[in-house]
Amino acid sequence: MSSDEDEWVPFSRRPEWSDVKPVPQDDGPHPVVPIAYRADFRETMDYFRAVYLSGERSHRALNLTAEAISMNPGNYTVWYFRRLVLEAVDADLNDEMEYINCVASKNSKNYQIWHHKRWLAEKLGPEVAQKELEFTKRIFAIDAKNYHAWSHRQWVLDALGGWQNELDYCTELLEDDIFNNSAWNQRYFVITRSPLLGGLQSMRESEVSYAVEAILSNPENESPWRYLRGLYKGDPNLLICNNQISGVCLQVLKTKHNIIFPLSLLLELLCHGFQPSTEFVSAVEALRTSVPESSSTSSLANTICSVLEIVDPIRSNYWSWRRSHLPSQVC
Amino acid sequence: MESSPIDSSSNASSGLSSSTSSPPHSDRDHRQITLTVTQLEQLKVEEKVSEIYRILSGAPAHTQTLMLELWRDKHIEFLTRGLNQLGPTYRVLDANRPWLCYWIIHSMALLRESLDIEVENNAVDFLSRCKDINGGYGGGPGQLPHLATTYAAVNTLVTLGSNSALLSINREALREFLLRMKDFCGAFRMHHTGEMDVRACYTAISVASLLNILDFEITKGVGDYILRCQTYEGGIAGEPGSEAHGGYTFCGLATMILINEVHRLDLTSLIDWVAFRQGLEFGFQGRTNKLVDGCYSFWQGGSLFLIQRLLSIAENQIKSLPMSIEQEQLSMEGNVDSAAFTVPKPDGSQRQIHYFENKDAGKGSATGLDFIRTTNGGPLFHSIALQQYILLCSQVLEGGFKDKPGKVRDHYHSCYCLSGLSVSQYSFSKSADSPPPPNAVLGPYSNLLEPVHPLYNLVLDKYYKAHEFFSVMS
Ligand SMILES: [Zn+2]
Repeated sequence: MSSDEDEWVPFSRRPEWSDVKPVPQDDGPHPVVPIAYRADFRETMDYFRAVYLSGERSHRALNLTAEAISMNPGNYTVWYFRRLVLEAVDADLNDEMEYINCVASKNSKNYQIWHHKRWLAEKLGPEVAQKELEFTKRIFAIDAKNYHAWSHRQWVLDALGGWQNELDYCTELLEDDIFNNSAWNQRYFVITRSPLLGGLQSMRESEVSYAVEAILSNPENESPWRYLRGLYKGDPNLLICNNQISGVCLQVLKTKHNIIFPLSLLLELLCHGFQPSTEFVSAVEALRTSVPESSSTSSLANTICSVLEIVDPIRSNYWSWRRSHLPSQVC
Repeated sequence: MESSPIDSSSNASSGLSSSTSSPPHSDRDHRQITLTVTQLEQLKVEEKVSEIYRILSGAPAHTQTLMLELWRDKHIEFLTRGLNQLGPTYRVLDANRPWLCYWIIHSMALLRESLDIEVENNAVDFLSRCKDINGGYGGGPGQLPHLATTYAAVNTLVTLGSNSALLSINREALREFLLRMKDFCGAFRMHHTGEMDVRACYTAISVASLLNILDFEITKGVGDYILRCQTYEGGIAGEPGSEAHGGYTFCGLATMILINEVHRLDLTSLIDWVAFRQGLEFGFQGRTNKLVDGCYSFWQGGSLFLIQRLLSIAENQIKSLPMSIEQEQLSMEGNVDSAAFTVPKPDGSQRQIHYFENKDAGKGSATGLDFIRTTNGGPLFHSIALQQYILLCSQVLEGGFKDKPGKVRDHYHSCYCLSGLSVSQYSFSKSADSPPPPNAVLGPYSNLLEPVHPLYNLVLDKYYKAHEFFSVMS
């Protein structure tokens, strides 16, 4: 930090800026939330205001925005003005992409930077698709759940293409960390949106197997349970017909460990009309040791809620609400 | 009524030790030798939190009371200092100064701390310098108008509440600004040529509703966009295709309520997703398999607080479960003007389902008021547990709040931890402004904050004043 300051030459001492009169910030006589700006920041912003107000779209203005951005990458007005200048001076946008990648690597959780990247990538077109996908990959190597980077990656795929290896990439990330819900979400995005895979209908069967396998190796992992349900979003009749889905619930329930997710999914199946065999009934019965006897005549859905009220105490209010509002056919 | 987690400390400790990522059972050792990044980080947080709760449950009663106390004076001190002076490192928030105003002044209002008239005038004066002549507020004087800072500025002015504060808002210009930020698809962009997302939609609709300038021109297409952002998990994402996220779920849900289209969301899956975000640490996480964070006390807790008043709509959706949501939406499109339509039941008979009338969409100026008048069905989350996380894991004894143990305090987390604390304290209140029963408030009853209007996250009295003020304007 201090070495930056030592090297920093005030604008007032830079000959190329001698024609510009800095514009101070109009904070008023008694501002609230005043920031004790350091001299370098204050002066940079005073010169920025001057070129912003005069509308000067020049190379020196471009350099000035870079200085302002280095001190506060969250200033969207500076970014906005930078785009106006880039267009006006007909700048090389590939250079700009190198610049923004450098800034983004240091500030990967900032809306403005990703918006700027999207603007650039849109202008540069499909030829940068692979580079953009590679860039987000580098971000995910540090933070595999970076929300902005995932949004950017999805936008690149949608707008510029590059779907070829996306499902493999999801598999790769999930092999690293099967609990990475962002990778599960991306997987859902790929199987529903990729023009190369034929859509959800044709991917469903293999994805059910993938999710079931993930569940069996880590039944405490919420992500594949939600993914499994998501594969049948809007199609409950098919959900209840798939024996693999009811089967995985049963299999995990029988272990008597990690029973919250399978109970919750089984409840979902029942609410949509699933007809449980005696095996399901006895698997659930075996869990209700501590549930009061009074509920012995209740339906399976009702029993599931009662069990969940006890084994999932943080959500007891939620399960009791679910219990009192079961669809009439499963009450 | 829920029992306090400290009374049933077995809940806390057994819950934590049988956690999702606790060391594997011996019979499974052969395959879970290495834990993933998610599991390791989760484990670290669980250890820190359970250590804090262990100290609590082992402490004598008077120490427990002390530990669960809200350190009002310290918080006010921290907030007041920020309002008067911020250090040079705050330059990274130089385009967020109306947000700093809102985080601090709203927090003080929650603590029932009134500002000196002089400070109030200074705040109004400062915010008018952030105001763009063509409508909207920027992140500081002379900056481009931005929807998020417009929301922060308007909410600050409403919280200040004086006539001069409310009169300083140029409603006509602001409406023009909102319309300029509207994309042809109906959603909003944050600023001229800026990013389009659910946050932008919420901040635009919230401001329009509050100022009584909400009409069909503004709401048109917003609901369609939000629907596209509800994910397979049940929560709402920032953009179509992205991951369900607590902040966007609150924004999307509140927006749909404000434009009278909330029945179009799949509420059962939304409720399920949000309910599952409260974890063994007692606080909320923002996304599935992410770490707990105090600010989601409001984003997720606030979403469930909103849902307490939507239960009848959710219950109607449950009744019609055998019909898929997609079919329902198709039926809705063909019946936009009818409040009720019939659906075939599996047994061949028909059932009448009543929905909100879609034709009311856009006539939303009274919605904010109507909403808090509807009955409160009781919380679907563990509100006492949430208070315990906020007071013990997010509260900083020197003043302010933080994300989680090991992090540092900031004004953003102070605002949303306090807002989440208020929401959980009032989650058992029958009406919006009636005081909660004593056992709904964890710690001494003096911990009780002011109630908020959950759609705008404004202190309720401040909302009433603004509503009255703007309702007479056309
Ligand atoms: Zn946070």
